[in-house]
Amino acid sequence: MAQPTASETHTPAATKSVAELNQIAAQVRRDIVRMVHAVNSGHPGGSLGCTELLVALYFKVMQHTPEPFDMDGIGQDLFFLSNGHISPVFYSVLARSGYFPVSELATFRKLNSRLQGHPATHEHLPGIRVASGSLGQGLSVATGAAQAKKLNGDKSTVFVLMGDGELQEGQIWEAALYAPHHKVDNLIAFVDRNGQQIDGPTEKIGGLGDLRAKFESFNWRVLETDGNQFETLLATIEEAQSLLGQGQPIMVLMDTQMGFGVDFMMGSHKWHGVAPNDEQLEKALLQLEVEKASDY
Amino acid sequence: MKDFPYTESKDTRSGFGAGLHELGKTNPNVVALCADLIGSLKMDAFVKDFPERFFQVGIAEANMMGLAAGLTIGGKIPFTGTFANFSTGRVYDQIRQSIAYSGKNVKICASHAGLTLGEDGATHQILEDIGLMKMLPHMCVINPCDYNQTKAATLAIADYEGPVYLRFGRPVVPNFTPADQPFEIGKGVLLNEGADVSIFATGHLVWKAILAGKLLAEKGINAEIINLHTIKPLDAQMILESARKTRCVVTAEEHQMNGGLGDSIAQLLAREEPLPLEMVAVNDSFGESGTPDQLMEKYGLNEAAIVRAVEKVMARKTK
Repeated sequence: MAQPTASETHTPAATKSVAELNQIAAQVRRDIVRMVHAVNSGHPGGSLGCTELLVALYFKVMQHTPEPFDMDGIGQDLFFLSNGHISPVFYSVLARSGYFPVSELATFRKLNSRLQGHPATHEHLPGIRVASGSLGQGLSVATGAAQAKKLNGDKSTVFVLMGDGELQEGQIWEAALYAPHHKVDNLIAFVDRNGQQIDGPTEKIGGLGDLRAKFESFNWRVLETDGNQFETLLATIEEAQSLLGQGQPIMVLMDTQMGFGVDFMMGSHKWHGVAPNDEQLEKALLQLEVEKASDY
Repeated sequence: MKDFPYTESKDTRSGFGAGLHELGKTNPNVVALCADLIGSLKMDAFVKDFPERFFQVGIAEANMMGLAAGLTIGGKIPFTGTFANFSTGRVYDQIRQSIAYSGKNVKICASHAGLTLGEDGATHQILEDIGLMKMLPHMCVINPCDYNQTKAATLAIADYEGPVYLRFGRPVVPNFTPADQPFEIGKGVLLNEGADVSIFATGHLVWKAILAGKLLAEKGINAEIINLHTIKPLDAQMILESARKTRCVVTAEEHQMNGGLGDSIAQLLAREEPLPLEMVAVNDSFGESGTPDQLMEKYGLNEAAIVRAVEKVMARKTK
């Protein structure tokens, strides 16, 4: 199988400093709140909480080729978003890393848009490889994609992000049993452990308990990290990458805050799926200053 | 009435197993997944000869559908194998989102469909699967009639780009389709030309339709018999041409009336050519334990039921 040369893949990142990543993250957060405000719908809370992860992956960690987009992604690292409702952060990061024009973010959730409420391949939006939204399916899909890479002799890595509330879906645990049994060791999964779901704190709704112990007992390699701080997050991802190819899939439990970066949205399930009003948007944007804002 | 000679009877699932094994040899992108039913799906030969392209998923069908969707990313052509009940109803949302809506090239291969599963009873005898699958946009739905046709269908769907539901079963039935007959997705097979009534059958009911045709010939009724192995996309042209000639229609299938082949043909005729139609199918009922023959008789899915339906529909023809 032909491996793309370094010049063809997107490796901006190797050179990106944490300060630069923080600037990108602030811009992505501006996109998120503006996108959900514009259509008065969407999910800002989880999007803001996972901004560091997606920025880190697409601007620093992953070897990927945004243009032309190739569904099979042979020789590229792949990312799957299982908790599809945090589409605003996914769309913003895809656009800003070159998959489609940033101006298209203005079509989010509107009629005839490629930016559906939840990510879809149906409208052929570059960067999306499977539909998600109905929860619990992404770990299985990512595992299958990782096994396809092994069959192809493709040494690149598959990443997948799940919400913590999503872990209440049974299919997650089917996949959690399967991946270690089949030694899918080219897979790094992340859990957005913000402790919140629509109806309240996860531990009140359907307690997840000790996730490290659970996944370790399923024979995953488990790491824990602060998901809203680039230094620790990047160090953890680097550690996860060093554990690839050792017979076990890797699970990173990320301690995050829903709504991170906007003080009045932080840490509460109330901003899971509610858009800010005009006044709240203004307030949020004031907290998300960037040196050279490039709002769409 | 034409004669349909055959030298042996075989199960359609073995046709799938043989087709899959051949694909293993001819198409390096074909991979197979199974949810703890290798023997029942006749996947043993593929598993033995292509172990690196086979994934034992265990009793976890939802995960199997997601894995299959993921395996397409990277160019694989996954064939999933389990019973029809666990291939459809149990995993409907996984198929809907990760496979159908995502346009993934997954072949959902389902055995033990319908009443002919027999003694295991209604928990396993799904009679709604064709309806569930045909409702999904762009899902191709195929229900071949015998061993040779199932083998040919298995080979054909590997070359078709897009999600497919391939339905077959457990009982041994006459293997009368010529081994060299090409399988054309979406094209009906004219088995017997006739002028008095059109019988459109799918799956195990095709042979029953042939038996009914012989009984009808003895009564002086000349039935046109067409094997519609593909329920979706429906061969509208062939159906309308035949119906316009005979002026009345009987459909036959091992499925609920709601959502099956008869339902698709009724919609077509209502839009294009309203004509009397009778359906040989299960009428809003679950199955039960029993031998396949006992069940097919009790639920009205045999040649006698087709003959009754023909007599009824011909009496409704406008002179």
